[in-house]
Amino acid sequence: MSVPKGSWVEIEAVLLKPEERAPNLPPDTAKVPYLLKVSGFLTEDSELGQTTAVRTLIGHEYRGLLKIVNPSYAHSFGATVPELLGIGRRGKA
Amino acid sequence: MTRDNSYAAVLGRKNEIMKRALGIDFDDFIQSPIAFDYERMMRETGYSHEDIVRIQTDSKVGNTPLFELKNLTEAVRKVSAPGMGATILVKDEAANASGSFKARRASISAFEAQKKGFAGLIAATSGNYGAAVASQAAMRGLQCIILQEVFDSRDICQPEIVEKSRACEAYGAEVLRLSVGPELFYMALRTLEETGFFNASLYTPFGIRGVETLGVEVAEQVRARFGKDPDAVVITHAGGGNVTGTARGLLLAGCAQTRIVACSVDLGGLHMASDTDFNKKSFTTGHTGFGVPFATWPDRVDVPRNAARSLRYMDEYQLVTQGEVFYVTELLTKLEGLERGPAGNTSLTAAVTLARQMDRDQIVVVQETEYTGAGKHHNRQLSFARENGIEIRVGDPSGNVPGKTLVLPERLDQVRGKVQDMDRLRLSYLKNAAKAHPVDQWNENDYAFVAADIKSEEAWVKLAVSNLENK
Ligand SMILES: Cc1ncc(COP(=O)(O)O)c(C=O)c1O
Repeated sequence: MSVPKGSWVEIEAVLLKPEERAPNLPPDTAKVPYLLKVSGFLTEDSELGQTTAVRTLIGHEYRGLLKIVNPSYAHSFGATVPELLGIGRRGKA
Repeated sequence: MTRDNSYAAVLGRKNEIMKRALGIDFDDFIQSPIAFDYERMMRETGYSHEDIVRIQTDSKVGNTPLFELKNLTEAVRKVSAPGMGATILVKDEAANASGSFKARRASISAFEAQKKGFAGLIAATSGNYGAAVASQAAMRGLQCIILQEVFDSRDICQPEIVEKSRACEAYGAEVLRLSVGPELFYMALRTLEETGFFNASLYTPFGIRGVETLGVEVAEQVRARFGKDPDAVVITHAGGGNVTGTARGLLLAGCAQTRIVACSVDLGGLHMASDTDFNKKSFTTGHTGFGVPFATWPDRVDVPRNAARSLRYMDEYQLVTQGEVFYVTELLTKLEGLERGPAGNTSLTAAVTLARQMDRDQIVVVQETEYTGAGKHHNRQLSFARENGIEIRVGDPSGNVPGKTLVLPERLDQVRGKVQDMDRLRLSYLKNAAKAHPVDQWNENDYAFVAADIKSEEAWVKLAVSNLENK
């Protein structure tokens, strides 16, 4: 998919490969790369999944793989946890 | 010229990067590998208390209301022995710009950065402090970069930190979202070096002096309303700046008898740098994963000497379980009509326990609240725990096992918390100090510094280190 320059996107970059990471990490952390994600405006027409660059809200440029077009925040209040509903109820015997 | 950005090379340039990015010459205060002139460093920030009040008033910070939690106090009295059950007050710090007490810290750093002519500010923080710095930067027209630890290797994000990413971007900051690992500090150094921005570290004298106003306001508000000093002030502890700044403010206001009670959520058994443990936590701050290491060795941060030194000030350190905090959060909502976030309610949970052990005519102050909302809300943290395989049930909170089982108490009298042994914490500090500077090289100044730093006597320190040596 081709994404036009100027689109608001998220890129991902490997900052440190597993062997380049900090010493003394727990094994589960040591075996995976250290990653950066940042959102910005695409500096050129680009393909999803290809290396490209973005300019952030304050104008800095970062390079990485184009991952998401129009990244959004979808965090929520979550599925109701019924165990909470019993707490502090009025008129409860 | 391209810089060597390997992990070792960037950490090797740490001191020069930090010096340029703060404009404080720590060498001026440092006396030995452990000792430094703490009080002179705090004084020489260049700001008087009045300056700080003025800067904060100008930047939508401070003067937050102090509420009496009458219904919760009543509920606590019902489960207390006759004559017991102190009045519980809460300072609504969620009323600060950006929704938490962290605005007090950020306000002075942002003022300082602007005064010194920096184009922008950087902070490495996954919590409220990021939103605080971004908000203060926004009102001063400064640029801002926030670095956060957000997602694990399965690409699963902790919902509370996602909310922080959103808030920072909403205030116009650039947000660098990173995977799990202590290399957050490495990336912060790289970013400071590349941009030349100001290091709005959480641990500078600016930040901690900024929290002193909170302690002073508590003293003034309690005196105005009740004609006496608070008997105890309960303070959520992660990096220790909240305890340090608040206690310093209380002392500044003359509350010499007020008990300073630190409090953290017990996350014992979970590893803070572990990719798999990252999303097994239902709390992202105010927990023992930060609280204990920072209390027992403050100088592990992004500045050469940490202005947040909680053992200097605390009289007591309470632990509470995740389930207890969520239960009390729900009670605060239902009984007091106040919906607030988890980190602030950590100290509220300890206050419930303390109030039961205190006389009716005494006063216990919970010195902060924080905002809540999508991602941060306790329902989201609980549903997220369930999605990550954590068992959630109602029962006795002694059944809590961090990362495995989260138990919501059934009744208020089951909210008990647990105290930490202060001398064990002090001994742990001494072991860390001995690692940083072998005891046979300590001079009288080192002993005096260490004794003050753990609120103890030199004689106790000398005996304790000789016992350590003999082991
Ligand atoms: C709302 C809130 N309360 C308390 C704390 C703990 O403060 P400190 O890190 O200074 O101990 C934090 C920060 O992590 C926080 O965001």
